[in-house]
Amino acid sequence: MEILKIADLHAFIEEKEVIKGVNLTVNTNEIHAIMGPNGAGKTTFINVIMGNPKYKISSGDILFKGKSILNLSVSERARLGIFQSFQYPEEISGVTFMNFLKLAYEKVHPEKQMNVLEFGDMLLKTADSLKIDRDFLKRYVNLGFSGGERKKSEILQLNVLNPQIALLDETDSGLDIDALKVVSDGINHAAEMGMSVVLVTHYKRILDYVKPNFVHIFIDGQIIKTGGIEIAEELEKSGYEEVRL
Amino acid sequence: MMNNFNAILKTEPGLNRSIIEEISAAKDEPYWMRELRMKSLEFFLNRPNPNFGVDISSLDLNSIVNYVRPSVQNERSWEDVPEDIRNNFEKLGIPEAERKALAGVGAQYDSEVVYHNMKESLSKLGVIFLEMGTAVREYPDLVKKYFMRLIPPNDHKFAALHGAVWSGGTFIYVPPNVKVPMPIQSYYLMGSPGMGQFEHTLIVVDKGAKLEFIEGCSGQNYSVSNMHAGAVEIYVGEGATVRFSTIENWAKNTYNLNTKRASVDKDGTIIWISGTMGSAKTMLYPSSILKGKGARTEYTTITYAGPGQHLDTGTKVFHLAPYTSSKVDSRSISFGGGYAFYRGLVRVSESAIHSKSSVDCSALMVDDISKSDTLPIIEVMNNESEIGHEAYVGKINEEQIYYLMSRGLSEDDARALIVRGFLEPFIKQLPFEYAVEFNRLIDMHFNSKIG
Repeated sequence: MEILKIADLHAFIEEKEVIKGVNLTVNTNEIHAIMGPNGAGKTTFINVIMGNPKYKISSGDILFKGKSILNLSVSERARLGIFQSFQYPEEISGVTFMNFLKLAYEKVHPEKQMNVLEFGDMLLKTADSLKIDRDFLKRYVNLGFSGGERKKSEILQLNVLNPQIALLDETDSGLDIDALKVVSDGINHAAEMGMSVVLVTHYKRILDYVKPNFVHIFIDGQIIKTGGIEIAEELEKSGYEEVRL
Repeated sequence: MMNNFNAILKTEPGLNRSIIEEISAAKDEPYWMRELRMKSLEFFLNRPNPNFGVDISSLDLNSIVNYVRPSVQNERSWEDVPEDIRNNFEKLGIPEAERKALAGVGAQYDSEVVYHNMKESLSKLGVIFLEMGTAVREYPDLVKKYFMRLIPPNDHKFAALHGAVWSGGTFIYVPPNVKVPMPIQSYYLMGSPGMGQFEHTLIVVDKGAKLEFIEGCSGQNYSVSNMHAGAVEIYVGEGATVRFSTIENWAKNTYNLNTKRASVDKDGTIIWISGTMGSAKTMLYPSSILKGKGARTEYTTITYAGPGQHLDTGTKVFHLAPYTSSKVDSRSISFGGGYAFYRGLVRVSESAIHSKSSVDCSALMVDDISKSDTLPIIEVMNNESEIGHEAYVGKINEEQIYYLMSRGLSEDDARALIVRGFLEPFIKQLPFEYAVEFNRLIDMHFNSKIG
C-alpha cells in the first residue's frame, strides 16, 4: 500500500529554490535510504515533507495514503502518523521525557488512552527492549544530552509513538559502534511493526545494519539515481562525483 | 460572585486623621498603635512616590476606600462565615486544604479576617497564630517589639500608607525548638470595588524552630482601581528555618505595592517561594537581611506578566555577617504584551567575609510584543566572598516549537509546554493545589489543552 508519495515537488527558502522536482513513492514497510553530499538538501527534503514553515512549496504535491497533506500543519501531519527524527533535537528544559512522551502519545494516539501507570509501564518496556537506560525518562528532554544520547532519545520516541512512516535525518552520524547498534536495532524494531522508513544518511555504514529496499542518490535538490544497495556500494568506492556522471 | 453587601463599616474614600481615628476606634486599639498610625500618615503625606518601577500616575489614592469591614470576624467555623464569602474560599479550595494538609488557616475578606482557626495540637506546643489585630490586643508587648521594625513606616511612601491604614493579616509566634509539622496558610481576598487591602503579616520564629507559611492572594476584577499595600515582616531566630511561599494573583485592576522583609539570625534560614502573576502593576522585592553569622537565604521566584501588566519584581539580599549565603533563582515570563522587570540587589558588607552568593535570573518572552528587562546590582565590600551571577533574557525559539509540533502538539500546546518547563523549578516547590492551579492558568493563557 502506498504510504507517501512525493510528486514533482519544488520548494523554496526565501528566494532560493532548494527542492527542485523530486518524485518518490514509499509503500508500507519499505525502507528508503537517501544518500548525498553535505548541502545537497536532504535534511531540507525531510523538513518539507513534515511541513516546516520555513520552506514554501511552489509546485508539486505531497500525498499521505493518497491524500494531499500540503494544507496540514506540522502537528496534523504528526497525528496522521508521520515522524521526523532530528540530527540536533531541541532541548526542552523543565519537561521530563516521561511527561513529554505521555503528552505526545495522547496527541498522536487519542484513541488509545492509558493512565500514567500503564503508560509508564509501556515506556519502561520500550526503553528496556532498546537497551536505553531507564534513567532517560526522568531527565529533561534532550537537556545536556551527548550526541549519542540525543540519537537514542529520537529512536525511543520513534518506538513509543509508533508512526506509519519515519523520516530519519542522519541518525547515524557521530555514533560509536555500540550506539549505532542500539539506534539501528531501534529502527529495525519499528520497521518490524510495519513502519515505513526514509533514512537520510551520509555514509553507507548504517546500511550494514538497516537494510534498505531502495537507495536514492540526492544531489542539489534532486534525486538523480535510484537503485538497490549496490549503488551505496558503488558510492562508497568512487564518491559522489562519479555517481553524478 | 463576590460582592460587598456584607460590609458593615466602610470609611470614606481617601485618607485623613479622622478616617484613621475611625479605623483605630473600630479596632479598639491601644494608644501606641494609634500613634503609630498617625505618625505613618504624616510620613505618607510628606513622601514622594517612588522614582523607579511602575508608572502609578493613574492611581488616585483619594478615591481608594481604605477600610471595609465584613459582617463577621475571626469565626472559628466555616459554617459561621456568610455563604457568599464562604463560597469564594471554597472555590479556592481553602477549607478542603485545611482539612487535609494545614495546621492553621486565616482567611481575610476585604479588611478583616473572617475565618481563623488552628489545630489544637499546635496551641499545646505554644504556637501563637492570630489575626494581627487580635494579637495587638492580646500580646501587646510581643507585638510592639517587632511590629514595623523591619519595615519602618518611613521606609517608603507605601510602607507609610500601610502603617496608617493596615488592617487584618496574620501574627505567628513559634517558640524555641518547635517544629510546626504542617504549613499554616493565610488567604487574602479583595471583594469590594475601589478598596485598598493592607494586611500585616508578622512572623516570629524563635531559636531552632521551624515554620512553613503559605500566603495566597486574589480578588474580584472591577473597572475601578483597587490597591494592595501589605507588609510582611519575618524574624528568623538562631538556627531557625522559615519557608514562606506565596502566590499573588490579584485582579487585573489592582495596584500591588507590597513590601516583604526577613531578618535572619545566626545559622538561620529563610526560604522564599514567590509567584507574582496578577495585578495591573506590581512593585515587590522580598528582602533578606542576613545579620547573623552563617545565616542563609534562598529564593525561587517567578513573575508572570500578561496583557496589560507591568510587573516590577526582584530580590534583595543584605549580607551583614561572615559566612552568610544567598541563592537566587528568579524567572519571568512575559506574553501578550506584558512587561516583566527584574530588579535585584545583593550587597555584601565589609564584615561579611567568606560569604557566598549566586544569582541566576532568566526571562522568557513568549512573543514579539512582550517585554522583559533585568537590572541585577551586586555590591561587594570585601575581597573574601564568592559571588556568582548569571542572567538570561530570550524568546521562545521557533525551532523548539517546530520540534514539539513534529511530535503532534499544537502550536499553543508547544508554547504552553515550554513555558511550564521554564517555570518548573518554581512550580515543583508549590503546594500541590497551587501547582495544579498554576498549570491550569498557563493552559488558559496559551489556549492549550495539555492538562
